[in-house]
This record gives sequence, C-alpha cells and structure tokens, in this order.
Amino acid sequence: MDALRIVCPGPLSTIQDLGRPGYQRFGVSVSGAADRYALRLGNLLVGNDQRGAAIEVTIGGAEFEFTSLAIFAVTGADLSPTLNGTPVALWETLSADVGDRLSLKSPAGPDSGLRAYVNVSGGFDTPLVLGSRSTHLGARLGGIEGRASEADDEILIGPVTNPVLPGRRMPLDLLPKYGGDILARVIPGPQDDMFDSDATASFYNSTYTVSDKSDRMGCRLEGTEVPAIDGAHDIVSDGVLSGAIQIPGNAQPIILLADCQTTGGYAKIGVIASVDLALVAQASPGATVRFERISAEDASALARGRMATLRNISFDEPTSGTVEFEELRREYDLRVDGSKYHVEITAGVDEGQTNAIVNGIEYDVHVHPGE
Amino acid sequence: MRFALCGSLSLNGDDVTAGTQLEPRILICGEGALVVEFGNGIDPVTNNRVYALAAAVEAAKNNSVIELTPTYRSLLVQYDLELSSVADMTGFLNDMVTISAVSTDDHDDKPRRIYELPVAYGGAHGEDLDDVADHAGITTEEVVAIHSGTDYRVYMLGFAPGFPYLGGMDERIATPRIASPRVRVPAGSVGIAESQTGVYPVASPGGWRLIGNTPVSLFNPNAHPPVPFLPGSFIRFVPVSSEETKRIADQVAEGTYRVHMTEQAE
Repeated sequence: MDALRIVCPGPLSTIQDLGRPGYQRFGVSVSGAADRYALRLGNLLVGNDQRGAAIEVTIGGAEFEFTSLAIFAVTGADLSPTLNGTPVALWETLSADVGDRLSLKSPAGPDSGLRAYVNVSGGFDTPLVLGSRSTHLGARLGGIEGRASEADDEILIGPVTNPVLPGRRMPLDLLPKYGGDILARVIPGPQDDMFDSDATASFYNSTYTVSDKSDRMGCRLEGTEVPAIDGAHDIVSDGVLSGAIQIPGNAQPIILLADCQTTGGYAKIGVIASVDLALVAQASPGATVRFERISAEDASALARGRMATLRNISFDEPTSGTVEFEELRREYDLRVDGSKYHVEITAGVDEGQTNAIVNGIEYDVHVHPGE
Repeated sequence: MRFALCGSLSLNGDDVTAGTQLEPRILICGEGALVVEFGNGIDPVTNNRVYALAAAVEAAKNNSVIELTPTYRSLLVQYDLELSSVADMTGFLNDMVTISAVSTDDHDDKPRRIYELPVAYGGAHGEDLDDVADHAGITTEEVVAIHSGTDYRVYMLGFAPGFPYLGGMDERIATPRIASPRVRVPAGSVGIAESQTGVYPVASPGGWRLIGNTPVSLFNPNAHPPVPFLPGSFIRFVPVSSEETKRIADQVAEGTYRVHMTEQAE
C-alpha cells in the first residue's frame, strides 16, 4: 500500500481536510485545516479535489518517509522543507522516491507562518468520520484514531485519480503573504451593539499582539482593552463559527479558529472576512494584527472571487520535456531539474508512440532518435 | 449591522421563566452566516420558536443553506455565498420566521418527545450523591426521586459532541461545583453544577457533582444521527440498578439498545 510514514511528528501534526460541516447542531466542531487556502492550493498542485486531506504540520520539527513513489507539495508556512537534506520549494509540485525523507525543520523567519501542509497526489486516506478526515483533538474524532500523528504511524495514500507531473508552480500572485503587520478585515456583528463607540474605536484603531496561548481553537490577542457596555461580556450562549471575534471578560479579543466549539457565551464584536482568516491562522506568537471594517457584501464578493480564481486556476505545466538517453531500454531513472523520475516503458520500446509509467502514473510518450 | 424584520409575531408568554422576549432580529454573523435571535433569555417559549424556525428552514429545502445551529434563543444559519446573498438570505429567513410563527402558535398541541435515559445513581456510579444530599439537607433517595422526577428540556447540544444543555432542574438539589475539577470524568456521568444538570458524553476533565452514570452512549459518530435524542426534545432520567446498567451497557456495546421514547401532550 502507498503510504507516508511518520518518522517524527514534531510538536503537532494532524490530518486535516476542509472540515466536518453539518453536525454543529450535535455539538460537533467543524475543525479542518486552520489555513484552508493553503490546503486548497496544495491539493490543486497535486491534482486532488480541493477538499483532500493533508498533514498540517505546526511549527516544524517533523520528518516523514515516503514508502512509495509519490507526487507531493508543501504549502502554507515556510518551515524550511528539505527532501533527503536538500532544500525543496514550497508551492510547487514535487516527486519523491521510495525511502525519501521530507523534513520540515523550523520557521525560516518571523514572517514565515506557523502551519505547513503536506499534500500528496491521491490524498491521505484515513477513515471518513461524519464525512470528513479532519482531526479534532478535543473530541478525539477523525484523522488517526482522533489523535495527533505519532512516530511510526503509516498514513495510507488514496488512489490517484488525476495524475500530474512534478514541476507545477503556483502562480506568484496567488501566494499569501504571512506575518508582518496583519490587516484583517472584519464584518461587524452579531453583538457589536454591546460595545460603545469608544470601545469600538479602540478595537479598530489599535494594534494587537498574538499571544503564545493561541492554538487551533483560537488566536488570542493582547492589546488595548475592548470593554463591553457595563462590563457585560457574557451572552446567553449562541452559535459560533471560525473567524468570529469574541471579547470575554478580560476585554482582550479571541479570534476563533478551525477547532472552535459550536456554541459560545462571549459577545462577538465581529467576524473576520474569510479571505483574511488564513493570515490570522498563520500568525505566530508576537505577530501583530490590526482590524478594518468591511461590509458582508464586500467580503462575500472577495470570497466569491477567490473561489472562482481557484476553480479556474491554470499552472505552467511541465508536460513536454525532452530527455536524452543512449539506448532504448525498458526502465530509466532520470533526474531533471532536481526532481527524480522513474520511467518504465509499458508498450513497445521502439521509436514512435508508446506508453510509459512515469513515477507510477501512465502517460503517452513519444520516442524518437536525436541528433 | 441589523436588518429590520417585516411582520410581527404573536407571543404566548405564559410560561416564560427568564429573559426578555424580543422582536426577532436577523443579525449578520460574517459573510456567509446570519443569526435569527428570538430573545436574550433561557425559556421554553423562545426555545420552541428556535426549533420551529429550524424545522421551517429544513422543510423549505433551500439548497443554499449549509448548516443550522439552533441554540437557547437563536438560530445560526450558514449559507453558500456562491448560491445566495445577504439580502436574499435575509428575505428568505424573514419568510421562514413568519411561517414558523404560525406553527409555534400550534405548538402547544404538539406532543413532547421524552427520551428515557437509564441512570445508576450513587456509589461508584455517582460519587458525589451524598454531598448533594448533605447540601440539600435531604436523603440520597430523595435526591434521586427529585432528579428523576422531572422531564428536562434539551435546549441545545454544544460544548462537546452530544453534550445536552438541559433546563428545568429542581432548585432543591442545586449544588456548587467541586472545588478542584476532576482530571477525568467517565463518559455517561450525570452531574449537577449549581442549578444545572447534564451528562458527559465522553470522558473529559470536569468539576460537576457526579450523582450517577448512564450506560447509554450520547454520541456515536457511526450512527445517523450521531446522538440518541434531538435538541428541542426532553430527557427523563430513569433510576436503574447496577445489574440493569451492566445489561444495558452490553446491549449498547452490541448495538442493540434503543433509547425508549414516549410522546406526551404538553
């Protein structure tokens, strides 16, 4: 079976897809990738459905071993990825040979982001639980028996339905810019009326610092207090969702992330526009966040635009390459631009049109004599 | 940001126990969600309206609706923003509020659905039963009789998979939480915290006073639905012996146990 073996999981590596919607009424959190944009782009790079499951690696310190040939991509935070010790590119389709080791070491810099995604062609094939493979650690649901990855876990890789070749690169204008001074757009409500104009002005005019108490449930901020009118921060619990900004009794904002509970009892001053939520999810402790108002209509338009962009994405495909060799054989191990290819000619090895399996995927190839 | 609602609703405020009945408000909750708020308290009338609205939205089979989260006093509606817009969804929910208001008026005639949860009270099943009895100044038998003598409304499920927020516990057995929360409370534990009672669906840390344990699984991701009872219904705790609870636990493990449900006119 095609699989990826966990050599070392680092502080936190979990299986995540686009989450488990539809069960919040039963108290089941949506969970899923904290940075859904990076997950979607990673899946597109390896030819998967955007919803495919990847490994979310937090901070780094992780190493994986491919037990089969695989097409993969690393997206999200720059955790200085290497393959067998050689640095490899982010946001690019790569190939791995049996026994190759992918390492994610540590954030390359303060603005590198926090969470990287390892996507493989075919997706990770852990069992579906309530329609999703996402791991929710609190509820012990999904992923590998509801827990974080551990050394020697072997995570099965699903069948490849849409084979792609290595060398795909994400168009530069689609790459997110993590870190720095994050500007997050906020749709006011539903409890913005619990804050007077002074508190609201404080919220929108201050710069907040990401606390090290943040996790997949929420990004906790520290900075200017946002006191509710009469100090009444508690509400009768109502439904919450990722992106919602709660202001609890200490008047410090918490931005809810993927693993947030389904209901909450703190006033919500606003909700982060979905196109900006990935930047918050990637904010390292010490990063700064500012808020700016946006209407729900404008935020919807941005979200629709992004979905259309992802649907219509086109890559510079390295589909036609020329490889020189001395004699006609059945199998070749080639190295082109740093990527390894194992080519096995499956039909005739004579000149002309034939079939070949390249890194486990069948292609039509043309064999012709060179000069 | 607010949207005014068209039309008004007739209110049956007879048995309002807390909170204020408000004109329903439709509030924006991010770019792909609206929340319909019926009030700011915890009371059966408000809660009935939430579930009546949820039922109306489901019956309308609007394919842009992704997810409904009903709570004590509001319904969070998440929708596909590629299929709908803030304005369209607000209009749709306005209509649903009007339709469901009519059905809420009829609701009084609808029978209550009461799910019976077998509970082994006291001893190893509920280590704090004696403390609750001491605090109330009554016997443990009386605590059990009071606790199992009420039907509890499931106002909502939340906090953790299958965790029911129950209402209606008798104030006589209200007891503060324990001073230092337990590191691990077993799944199925029935507890009391102040004037609330509840059941832990999965093992977790917790500070509630434990009075008993139910062998019934409150959350099973392989079942459809994954919970034995739906929010908006009622739970009745039925005292059973240690032997009986073992027998039921075996049936639960075999997948042959069905929670007994009765319907009763309100």
